[in-house]
Amino acid sequence: MANLRSEFIGIKSPNPFWLASAPPTDKAYNVERAFRAGWGGVVWKTLGEDGPPIVNVNGPRYGAIFTSERKLIGMNNIELITDRPLQLNLQEIKQVKKNWPDRAVVVSLMVPCEEEAWKAILPLVEETGADGIELNFGCPHGMSERGMGSAVGQVPEYIEMVTRWCKANSRLPVIVKLTPNITDIRYPARAAKRGGADAVSLINTINSITSVDIDNFAPEPTIDGKGTHGGYCGPAVKPIALNMVAEIARDEQTKYLPISAIGGIATWRDALEFMLLGAGNVQVCTAAMTYGFKIVEEMITGLENWMDKKGFKNIDEFISKAIGNVTDWQLLNLNYVTKARINQDLCISCGRCFIACEDSSHQAIMKEKNNKRHFEIIESECVGCNLCVNVCPIENCIEMVPLKAGMIDERTGEKISDKYANWTTHPNNPASG
Amino acid sequence: MVKNRPKEGVVAKRLNHREYKDNFCDLHPPLSWQEALNETSNCLFCFEAPCQTACPTNIDIAMFIRQISTNNTLGAAKTIFDRNIFGAMCARVCPVEILCEQACVRLEAVGRAVKIGALQRFACDIAIEENVQFYKREKDSGKKVAIIGAGPAGLSCAHRLALFGHQVEIFEAKNKPGGLNEYGIAAYKTTDNFAQKEIDYILSIGNISINYNQILGRDFTLTKLKENYDAIFLAIGLSRTNNLHIEGEEAQGVVDAIDFIADLRQANDFSEIPIGKDVVVIGGGMSAIDAAIQAKLLGAQNVTICYRRGAEKMGASEYEQNLALSKGVIIKHYYAPRKIKTKNGKVVEVEFDIVTEKNGELIKTGEKISLKADQIFKAIGQKLNTENLSGIKLKSGRILVDEEMRTSEKMIFAGGDCIFGGEDLTVTAAANGRDAAIAINKQLNAGGNNG
Ligand SMILES: Cc1cc2nc3c(=O)[nH]c(=O)nc-3n(C[C@H](O)[C@H](O)[C@H](O)COP(=O)(O)OP(=O)(O)OC[C@H]3O[C@@H](n4cnc5c(N)ncnc54)[C@H](O)[C@@H]3O)c2cc1C
Ligand SMILES: Cc1cc2nc3c(=O)[nH]c(=O)nc-3n(C[C@H](O)[C@H](O)[C@H](O)COP(=O)(O)O)c2cc1C
Ligand code: SF4
Repeated sequence: MANLRSEFIGIKSPNPFWLASAPPTDKAYNVERAFRAGWGGVVWKTLGEDGPPIVNVNGPRYGAIFTSERKLIGMNNIELITDRPLQLNLQEIKQVKKNWPDRAVVVSLMVPCEEEAWKAILPLVEETGADGIELNFGCPHGMSERGMGSAVGQVPEYIEMVTRWCKANSRLPVIVKLTPNITDIRYPARAAKRGGADAVSLINTINSITSVDIDNFAPEPTIDGKGTHGGYCGPAVKPIALNMVAEIARDEQTKYLPISAIGGIATWRDALEFMLLGAGNVQVCTAAMTYGFKIVEEMITGLENWMDKKGFKNIDEFISKAIGNVTDWQLLNLNYVTKARINQDLCISCGRCFIACEDSSHQAIMKEKNNKRHFEIIESECVGCNLCVNVCPIENCIEMVPLKAGMIDERTGEKISDKYANWTTHPNNPASG
Repeated sequence: MVKNRPKEGVVAKRLNHREYKDNFCDLHPPLSWQEALNETSNCLFCFEAPCQTACPTNIDIAMFIRQISTNNTLGAAKTIFDRNIFGAMCARVCPVEILCEQACVRLEAVGRAVKIGALQRFACDIAIEENVQFYKREKDSGKKVAIIGAGPAGLSCAHRLALFGHQVEIFEAKNKPGGLNEYGIAAYKTTDNFAQKEIDYILSIGNISINYNQILGRDFTLTKLKENYDAIFLAIGLSRTNNLHIEGEEAQGVVDAIDFIADLRQANDFSEIPIGKDVVVIGGGMSAIDAAIQAKLLGAQNVTICYRRGAEKMGASEYEQNLALSKGVIIKHYYAPRKIKTKNGKVVEVEFDIVTEKNGELIKTGEKISLKADQIFKAIGQKLNTENLSGIKLKSGRILVDEEMRTSEKMIFAGGDCIFGGEDLTVTAAANGRDAAIAINKQLNAGGNNG
């Protein structure tokens, strides 16, 4: 039987599914409900320094994009860090940790970029019995203009400096949460490592405008006629997050740095994909905000069933299993040739593959045979690009079939080689030997 | 509450007002915006979509559904009207299960077609409701076209001709336009006087005048029209009914189904329509089904459709047959009417021969069966009144036309139910009218006249 137990930088939890620092973890009430539902841990909604509480907008703070069935696929928000008094949050964290000793409780922090500010808050957090801290260097709105959040996260030197302060002033494990609003995620990750971070977590939200009100000519969400950029999250951001996680996991300097993956995770499969790319655990926000805490049941049973099917007993057995297969473009095997193949038994003749290949690819699909509507690949034209597979509405109807060594590629007339050969040695490459 | 025993005989007010209201409400209520939007997501936007080919008017269905999905509903309505100005009525009455929806690839993929009809109605209704007019007449051509019959074929032709800039004059036997849209289609398919609302919308194009109570042969002749018009379009439908030719057919209580339906459609108050307790409908087409269902909805206790052949031969689609069954109508096959028994001149019973079919021929088994009946609806088909067609070529009792809807006379065109090879559907009538207009326009522009 699969065992989902997780130990991430020394923090134990019954499963690797945590709730990310956000509204679902804003107070004891929600967190208790989440633990009852089965979540393995939480990163408490970001706390700020002591003082008058943060002020949020009083109009709409979320925007979203949908499929035509109104399924939410991307959301943004202009919410700030917690707007509840520091003392109240600390009391509640302490109580919750006491009530749920087996669950992970990590506290997210964001205070001004001065060592004194960090020195002031860190002991207060330690005193709650929390398992660790997460440094919020990610928030792209509201706090960044005040020199916090992504304003820090975008400058590797600041990340390193603040991380070092935290390590020096607290015994708690430190997770550095990264903003994706940069050009190369490896730089902030390396900085966190240099500063002594125990782990990084990513991604925080992406700068975005989800839509524009076309009657009032203003971005949404609109507050008294105006709108601003907000942080984008939900299923739509997952591919970006996956890549960033993989980049860190395979970077020479950070490859042993533990990663807590965040960004568009909604199902066991999403979580697994991140873990295969090197994440030790995952954090979820939008999916919980969309469907409630109950989704964790599906995540738990889904991952268990997959592990049982594959024969994995513990999550450590598969974490990072895909990372060795993430490589650079120039190292891909150019002698690997595939051709699309349409399974005629599954084909419903919608013709989507035809028009895609016809208008955007290589005119490699025929639309009729014997004067009848019929879709079939013309192998002598197919470049194996996969576009038809992606536009086909039926799963597994179109397959990409690799040509075996020794076969002739009808498009090029060349014999398929069984040797690996990549761009670095290709004759057309001016830089090749 | 204990219901009273149903009254014998043909009587009105069998139900209370609420029941009438519920029974005759929209068969398929319109989609809400959210329902429409959700439904659009099922459309795959197929390449050369099979549904479009299956539509007799060739509406670009994938396009209009995509337009709805992007909240461009008026764009969707125009896409529909470009091919079929009766798109709104067709959306209500087309047997989509044997037309567009039958061709939907999603049937194969997930066993359920996109609700094309319902989406079409959604888009068209908004345009009609808001009276958004998409078309402007071209400048006056100085040509005049006469159209006989203001059913869907005639009006669809008129609209397109007016668009081309021709002056259109319609001669209509009744005192209202619409043909079977107004007098034939089941009441629960077109509620709230929709047929007239749609026609008002269509006639807004202008340059179409309708002369009512004008019957070909009685009030005017084709010869006379030929002298005064540049072209003629015949769209007179099928105005005659067939007879059973059996004993008792003249008895009180034996009625043509289409007369019953016409009365029903013209009624302001369904409770005023008398209906039998035991109703027998003879026939197997759409009219038989519609008459039977509506008899049931008016409160008849037993309604039985008796058809002399098997289910697969019925003119009504499987969907229509199931609809009737779901309303409590009984369908009997291989029942060939033999005689109608009467008492004091009124129907009391109808007797059938039980038959079998061999190579298309009906053979009596010798068995007979009688059904109690106080009202009998004959729905055994309509036919063309071929008088007064001044020698135009016919085939199997209907007008013969070429692929441009031209009759044997160069300046006379025909379409809809009255032509040979027609499908007796509103949508084909609309397609024929449109195509005739295009051909007439071409001919008039080429300077063609009396052929
Ligand atoms: C009971 C019933 C139910 C039906 N249900 C459906 C359905 O659900 N879906 C569907 O697609 N189809 C249905 N149909 C078929 C559809 O109504 C017809 O195919 C369609 O109306 C044909 O259009 P048309 O313009 O050719 O003829 P009609 O609609 O019959 O119009 C002919 C017009 O010509 C006029 N006219 C006739 N003779 C003369 C004359 N001598 N002089 C002047 N004017 C004349 C008539 O008064 C009428 O206005 C149904 C038919 C019937 C009878
Ligand atoms: C409304 C909202 C508020 C958030 N507040 C915080 C926050 O206070 N601190 C933080 O580190 N991240 C915050 N986040 C970011 C999330 O923790 C998470 O990184 C991001 O939403 C991506 O994950 P997801 O796709 O599962 O939502 C917030 C996100 C949302 C939607
Ligand atoms: S793989 Fe690309 S080139 Fe080949 S048939 Fe599909 S779309 Fe065309």
